[in-house]
Amino acid sequence: MKELKSDIAVVKDLEISVGKIVSEEWEEPAGPTPFPGLVDLRNWDMTLLKKYKPFYLPFCDVCALCTFGKCDLTGNKRGACGLNMSAQQSRIVLLACCIGAATHIGHARHLVEHLIETFGRNHPIDVGGVNVDVEAPVTRLVCGVRPRKLGDLEVVLDYLEKQLTHLLSVTHTGQEGNNLDFESKVFHAGMVDQVGMEVADLAQISAYGFPKADPEAPLVDLGFGVVDINKPVILCIGHNVPPAVGIVDYLTDNGLQGEVEVCGLCCTAHDVTRYNPKAKIVGPISWQLRFVRSGVPDVVVVDEQCIRTDILLEAEKVKAPLIAASEKNCQGLEDRTHDDPDKIVEDLVSGKVPGVLILDPEKVGEVAARVALKIAPKRKKFKVIPEVNDVIEGAKRCRQCYQCTRACPNNLSIPEAMKAAAEGNLNKLNEIYDDCIGCIRCEHACPENLPVHSFIVKAAEKKMKSETFKVRTGRGAIQDIEIREVGGPIVLGEIPGVIAFVGCANYPKGGREIAEMAMEFAKRRYIVVTSGCAAMSAGTYKDEEGKTPYEIFPGYFDAGGLLNVGSCVSNPHIAGAAIKIASIFAKRKLRGNYEEIADYVLNRVGAVGVAWGAMSQKAASIASGFWRLGVPVVVGPHGIKYRRMLLGRADKEEDWYVYDARTGEKVYVGPTPEHLFYAAETKEEAMVMIAKLCMRPNDTTKGRAIKLTHYIDLHKRLFGTMPEDIHLFIRTLADVPITMKDEIIKILEEKGWKERPIPDPTLLPRLIRKKKEE
Amino acid sequence: MSVAEPWQTAEIPGPKKAIVMAKPEIVVAMVKRAKRPIMIVGHKAAEIDLGEEKLIDYLIRFAKRTDIPVVATAHIIGEFLKRGFKPAAYMPAVNIGSRLADPQWEGLDGKGQYDLAVFVGMQYYFEWLILSGLKHYAPYLKTLTLDNVYQPHASLSFPNLSMEKWKENLKVIMEKLEGGE
Repeated sequence: MKELKSDIAVVKDLEISVGKIVSEEWEEPAGPTPFPGLVDLRNWDMTLLKKYKPFYLPFCDVCALCTFGKCDLTGNKRGACGLNMSAQQSRIVLLACCIGAATHIGHARHLVEHLIETFGRNHPIDVGGVNVDVEAPVTRLVCGVRPRKLGDLEVVLDYLEKQLTHLLSVTHTGQEGNNLDFESKVFHAGMVDQVGMEVADLAQISAYGFPKADPEAPLVDLGFGVVDINKPVILCIGHNVPPAVGIVDYLTDNGLQGEVEVCGLCCTAHDVTRYNPKAKIVGPISWQLRFVRSGVPDVVVVDEQCIRTDILLEAEKVKAPLIAASEKNCQGLEDRTHDDPDKIVEDLVSGKVPGVLILDPEKVGEVAARVALKIAPKRKKFKVIPEVNDVIEGAKRCRQCYQCTRACPNNLSIPEAMKAAAEGNLNKLNEIYDDCIGCIRCEHACPENLPVHSFIVKAAEKKMKSETFKVRTGRGAIQDIEIREVGGPIVLGEIPGVIAFVGCANYPKGGREIAEMAMEFAKRRYIVVTSGCAAMSAGTYKDEEGKTPYEIFPGYFDAGGLLNVGSCVSNPHIAGAAIKIASIFAKRKLRGNYEEIADYVLNRVGAVGVAWGAMSQKAASIASGFWRLGVPVVVGPHGIKYRRMLLGRADKEEDWYVYDARTGEKVYVGPTPEHLFYAAETKEEAMVMIAKLCMRPNDTTKGRAIKLTHYIDLHKRLFGTMPEDIHLFIRTLADVPITMKDEIIKILEEKGWKERPIPDPTLLPRLIRKKKEE
Repeated sequence: MSVAEPWQTAEIPGPKKAIVMAKPEIVVAMVKRAKRPIMIVGHKAAEIDLGEEKLIDYLIRFAKRTDIPVVATAHIIGEFLKRGFKPAAYMPAVNIGSRLADPQWEGLDGKGQYDLAVFVGMQYYFEWLILSGLKHYAPYLKTLTLDNVYQPHASLSFPNLSMEKWKENLKVIMEKLEGGE
């Protein structure tokens, strides 16, 4: 209902859903697509897909999803259901994105339910006080509602769950048959995922008092070496923070805060430090086994997502009790939620049970703290990392069969390192540590059952223990004032780009590459944003003075800033910043106006996502949310296993025309941005591409010259030559970087370059203002 | 180790797998028979040490001998230029992959799509997937890999080879090319 007038009140935009009411005081008129369904943004998706065509890289020749199969889809064959390979690949991408979106939306639902139970439905949404008026840019944009209270988030979640159910149903046998329609639904899954993540972070920031859009959020300890091993240690792994909050609260309430170390791995680590900066971050997901096996944690608490599913076995090896705290991850443990805590503590400390399931965050807090205090003196940090002699003796049993290397995702030269170790030289094993992602496939492959990963960890023990860094804890949203200040320079191109390092830790050459890339772009005065495991890896560097990147670069959303927004569910603050540039700086209507804002972002906001170690289905759905919004995503080489790229073709001139909104004419703008989803083979390749993908059709001449300067400079340094495609990005001679003028003009002459206009770019005919001007 | 197992143990493709090149002479025959061959060289070519030379040095000699146009991927263009060799093009591996999968692409020289693509020097899994894309979407194209590991998605591949055996194969290929056979 748009407006209801009565004698006593005027109610605007009253929406009634099943059993719930969202009362709106938002004066902005509703846009064309509030709460969009599966096909409401299909035209926009097809516009993108026409420019950025899928290149499928099948991971398997067959489909095995129904009992008709397996069906051989090679050679353009169709399966028994009629599906061809392209549709099958896009269907699998959709499945992955549904899994990812379901994980975040399920996480958000659990979190919101718990926080409503604890803080009440009327607890206000507050992510930045007076500094953040647009508190939920993604939700406002997609759903067309402005949530003011925790209870308002339930209607949003209802919508997301409905969309997700429909999307998942699309993957059933005998539904969608066209690959591009699957791709459109992939975008839809990504978009609803982005809303789901935003809901989760809005709720936890508001209720738990996390930093609220704070550029000076506290610097917290990061690394293997920051944990005080003289204290009982509780390790929290996962993403959903209430159990970790329960631990911190119990320790605080009982005066035990200084007596027990609380540390975390993966996103729960981020979020517990947002709650209490005295907590510590061990590192990204890949550090799980090396840390547990080191014997440091006395109790391991797992909530949900990205947890090693063999964590119970590993915790048992070091005699550390495991507490599972999520119904999504019960680990086969007995549900002790309603038992007397004294009894649970006794059973865990005595070793009667290896672990318990407790679905009550407060009780998890009490049990974990009490068990840690009691068991630490008994365990004495019992570890399963072997001594040097054991490594040498074990290495002598290595058959040099190469099964470990053939199982290793990074093809690491383990046999050579074993050979050296057998001769008493552990240096090569130590070197392997830097590139090891900790998956232990090597151990499962070894016919001698050698604990290869533990050997590597032992060889690198000294280095590992000296890993002490800082990370600025997740600041949450970007302030409106920051957007006002940088919106102009970003849209005009004078700040060369916003680069977001996000995602998991499946790195081809260790996490250091993230730190190197982040620092390079921050030095070049791009705005560098981080989240999740990548935010941790970005901090793992020290300069000559011992300063880490988050200490070197400020946490402001400004040129040269390095900002950690927080955990995985904080990613929408990055998308939100792009949306707020359109809304706050450019005054575009936000409410339910997705297509126009995405068109704005694609054509004007030089933002690029980099998921260098993307591993999960969540990373897939996070990326797809960015694609629909017009933000290109670069993944590392392992990201090619997502089996589909979205690639532009710079050589096809006809693909790179936009409308000039002023005149309605079609104008060639060059391949800006060239790709929407792209896997790079190496860090060097990625860095050059990142700089290139920051160019946008709307760049002013000054902005384009700045962006070209960085692109050319990086290209020369990392590729050893001038780029050959400069002419595609130069519209007028004023675009040419002044310091490279002679060199570039010569190239332009060789290429037969001609000057062309700079339009007011849009891909949407309805935004052409020609009629108005006539 | 079986001769036709993928190098990475779990990278099982499906029903259609590469023919194993038991003899290095097949490479020479394929390149000579091709009307429009192209070679795609990944970044590892500059890292792999063949003893007397790096793999990239060998590939430059191979390219000069066969006149095969070379596309350098990743950041490896600089390594070619340092050695005084100018590849026909350089571009990301996914870019050349998608172009080879486009039947309408007119090639680097505007003379039409290629009929043989020789791949070498990428991460195993990365090349595995590019080759998969081409197996499924470029029926007009034969793919061959010079790497010492079995790439099941190629049309033709060596089996998994020891470094010594691989070097021997590469040597034979060059001898055959230089012999003009």
